Amino acid sequence: MSQLENIAEEISAMDEGQRGGMDFDFQPIPGDQEVMQVIIEGREELPIFLAEADSQLLCICYLFSEDEVQADKRSEMTDLMLDMNMPMPLSSFGKTEIGDGKHMYVVFGALSLKSTAADVVLEISTLSANAIDAIEALSEYLA
Amino acid sequence: MSIFSKIVTAIRGGASEAGQAVVDANAIRIFEQEIRDSKNAIEKGKRDLTGIMADKMKEDRKVTELSADITQYEQKALQLMEKGDDTLALEVAEKISEIENELAIHKNASSVFETKIASLKELMKKAERTIRDHERELNMVKTTESVQKAQSSISKNYGSGIGKLGDAKESLNRIKAKQQEREDRMKAAEQLDSENGAGTLNEKLAAAGVGEKSNGGNDVMARLKAKAAGNK
Repeated sequence: MSQLENIAEEISAMDEGQRGGMDFDFQPIPGDQEVMQVIIEGREELPIFLAEADSQLLCICYLFSEDEVQADKRSEMTDLMLDMNMPMPLSSFGKTEIGDGKHMYVVFGALSLKSTAADVVLEISTLSANAIDAIEALSEYLA
Repeated sequence: MSIFSKIVTAIRGGASEAGQAVVDANAIRIFEQEIRDSKNAIEKGKRDLTGIMADKMKEDRKVTELSADITQYEQKALQLMEKGDDTLALEVAEKISEIENELAIHKNASSVFETKIASLKELMKKAERTIRDHERELNMVKTTESVQKAQSSISKNYGSGIGKLGDAKESLNRIKAKQQEREDRMKAAEQLDSENGAGTLNEKLAAAGVGEKSNGGNDVMARLKAKAAGNK
């Protein structure tokens, strides 16, 4: 069993308190690189993706595509994202290409591969809350 | 150019999709070779260091021994001089001079070894730094590639792309609506609970001025007085 599957299994076996009152649904995504999709109950629109990348565990939540941002306000928004990176707990803003030259803004966190299931739960729930807050706070930049 | 700069160049050039190498394979091979070389250098350094440190200890021990000998002979020479036996004293003095020459050789050897130890340690430190540095840079390359691959898996899985997932504002509204609904349900359940519960009847009775709720000291006094009157 892979590291990601192990973590998923461990988290699923946790009790309500350990999971911070959240319900997680894990779904492995096939491909060259192992990716685990995590859906939090009630937040199905903002799935989180876990990927093992060399020496770290990346947790990614997609916010919105570049197309959704008002073109004339983009640099103001990215500046604000940089300013917010440090105060935002555990997560950082990022940007990634999703193919065909299309880019998405993300919030993500990087964990050590030695992280415990409890660390991953904290990471996922913080990341999800950060993503919701970020979209809300940045919605004035969206078209 | 650092790997960091190379990745920046590659991304600016649009090479951010899976399968497009951000850094050419040759550069990675060179890095990996340098890491292996440095690791070997450290292993060899450790072995050499052990040997040289043992050699230095041997020299230091010799220095201690010879210094003790000199002290002893000096005392003897002084005693002889006191006795007026200058001939024998001179012989002892010559012996001391001989030992002093030997001592100088060993002291010198010890300091040569010490310099060697210091430079070997410095060399190993440098190798450690090279390893740490190269590993960090390789890590960056590998992570970039892993992210590209992960990205490609996610995109494929979502058909025409993850972008389909949201209109972010709409997603946010839906999540908030769900949250609100959950809260409403919880509130409704709480209300139902308290309406059905025993607490409310008492609350209602108290509100109507009936029931167990005490109206303060005056009530208690009145009750006690009534009791006292009844007992008479």
